[in-house]
Amino acid sequence: MSKIEMTVNGKKVSGEAEDRTLLVNFLRDNLSLTGTHVGCDTSQCGCCTIHLNGEAVKSCTMLAAQAEGADIVTIEGMAKGEKLHPVQQAFTECHGLQCGFCTPGMIMTSAAILKQSPNPTEEEIVKGLHGNLCRCTGYVNIVKSVKRAAEIINSGG
Amino acid sequence: MYALSYQRAKSLEDAATLLAAEPEAKLMAGGQTLIPTLKARLAQPSHLVDLARVKELQGIELKGGVLSIGAMTRHFDVMSSPVVQKAIPGLANLASLIGDLQVRNRGTMGGSIANNDPAADYPAGVLAHNTTIVTNRREIAADDYFQGMFATALEEGEIIIRLDWPVPKQSAYSKFEHPASGYAMAGTCIAQLADGSVRVGVTGAGSSGAFRWTEAEEALAKSFSLKSLEGLKIDPENCLADLHAPAEYRAHLVGVMATRALQKML
Repeated sequence: MSKIEMTVNGKKVSGEAEDRTLLVNFLRDNLSLTGTHVGCDTSQCGCCTIHLNGEAVKSCTMLAAQAEGADIVTIEGMAKGEKLHPVQQAFTECHGLQCGFCTPGMIMTSAAILKQSPNPTEEEIVKGLHGNLCRCTGYVNIVKSVKRAAEIINSGG
Repeated sequence: MYALSYQRAKSLEDAATLLAAEPEAKLMAGGQTLIPTLKARLAQPSHLVDLARVKELQGIELKGGVLSIGAMTRHFDVMSSPVVQKAIPGLANLASLIGDLQVRNRGTMGGSIANNDPAADYPAGVLAHNTTIVTNRREIAADDYFQGMFATALEEGEIIIRLDWPVPKQSAYSKFEHPASGYAMAGTCIAQLADGSVRVGVTGAGSSGAFRWTEAEEALAKSFSLKSLEGLKIDPENCLADLHAPAEYRAHLVGVMATRALQKML
C-alpha cells in the first residue's frame, strides 16, 4: 500500500492503494467516481477513458501510481454545474447512446478529438473513436453527436 | 494482476540500479502492452520500474542527418512532432497508425521496440530505415536487433535510451490492419536511404517476427518503380498463420502493402 495523490476534476485528492491498483479502480473505489466504466478490462472498449494531463487515456491500462501528481478529468468533471459540456449536450440532442454504458468513454474521447481538430471530418471522427466500442447504436448517432458538439463549441457554446 | 511493487526511476542510472536489485524486476515504458499482459496474469514481475520520468529517455532531435528519438517518446509525439513530420514524414505517418488515440497517448517507441510484438508497426520502420538502437551499454544495428517473436538482442538489464533514425530520401509505410485490434496483419515499410539504397521492412506477417524483404530491395534498387514489385512473392512457408489469416494470405498482403507504400512515394 502506498499513498497516491493527484488532482481529479480540479480537486486535490489522495488515497491509499496497493501498487497494482489500476487507475480506474482508484477512481471508482477510492474516490467513488463511478462514472468511469470498466467494459472489457482488456484495453479494447474505451469505456474507462479519462483525461490525464489533458489527453485521453484508458484508465484501465495504467496503474494509479503512474498518475501520481497528474491532473485528471473524469466524466463527472465535464459539466459546469447544471450546464452540460458541449459534447454531453450534443450526445443528448442527437441521442448518441442507447444503453449508455460506453457513453462516458465516448464523451471523453470525443472531447479529446475536438481539442485536436475543432472541425473534424467524418473520417477523423471515426478514426478518433477507433478505441471506443459501442454495442448498441451502430455509431451513426455517435458520429452525429461529435459533429453537433463541434458546432456548439465553434458557436461559442 | 498479481501483487507487485511499483518503483519510479528518477534517472537512467537509477532505473538500471532498481532493475538490477531484483531478479524479477521488469521495466515499464508506456505500459500499453505490459499492463494488459499483467492483467491477464501472463507475467509476474515482482517489481515494476517505471521509466516515465527518466529525462535521458525523452526528446526528439535532428542532427547531422540523423533523427534521434528518445525511447520514452510516445506515438502521439512522433506523429505530431513538426521535426519528425519534416525529416521523416513516413515515420510520423507510421506512428499515427498505431493502436488507437488513447494508446498513442501512452505507448512509446522504446516500449514497442523492446517488446517486439510480431505485429507491431515500428519494427518494420526500424528495419527499413536501418535505425540504430542506442542502449545504456552499446549501439545495436537494426539487422542485429530483432531475433524472432518477442525476442531482441537486448541483454538482461539493458535499457534502450533512444533510436537513431538516419533521415532517408523518402520512406512510406502501409499496413493491412486487423479491423478490431488495429494490429498489422501485414505491414510493409519502404525506405530509399540517403545513399540511394533501398530497404524494405515487413511486420505482422513473418513467422519469426519482423524481417527484411531482400528480393524487393534488390528489385527496387535497380528500378524504383511499381513494375519492379510485379511478380515478386513472399514464401508462405515463412509466414504466420492463425485464426485471422492463413500464411498464403499474409504473404499476398505483404506484396499489396509494398505496392501501396511505394505508391505513396512515386
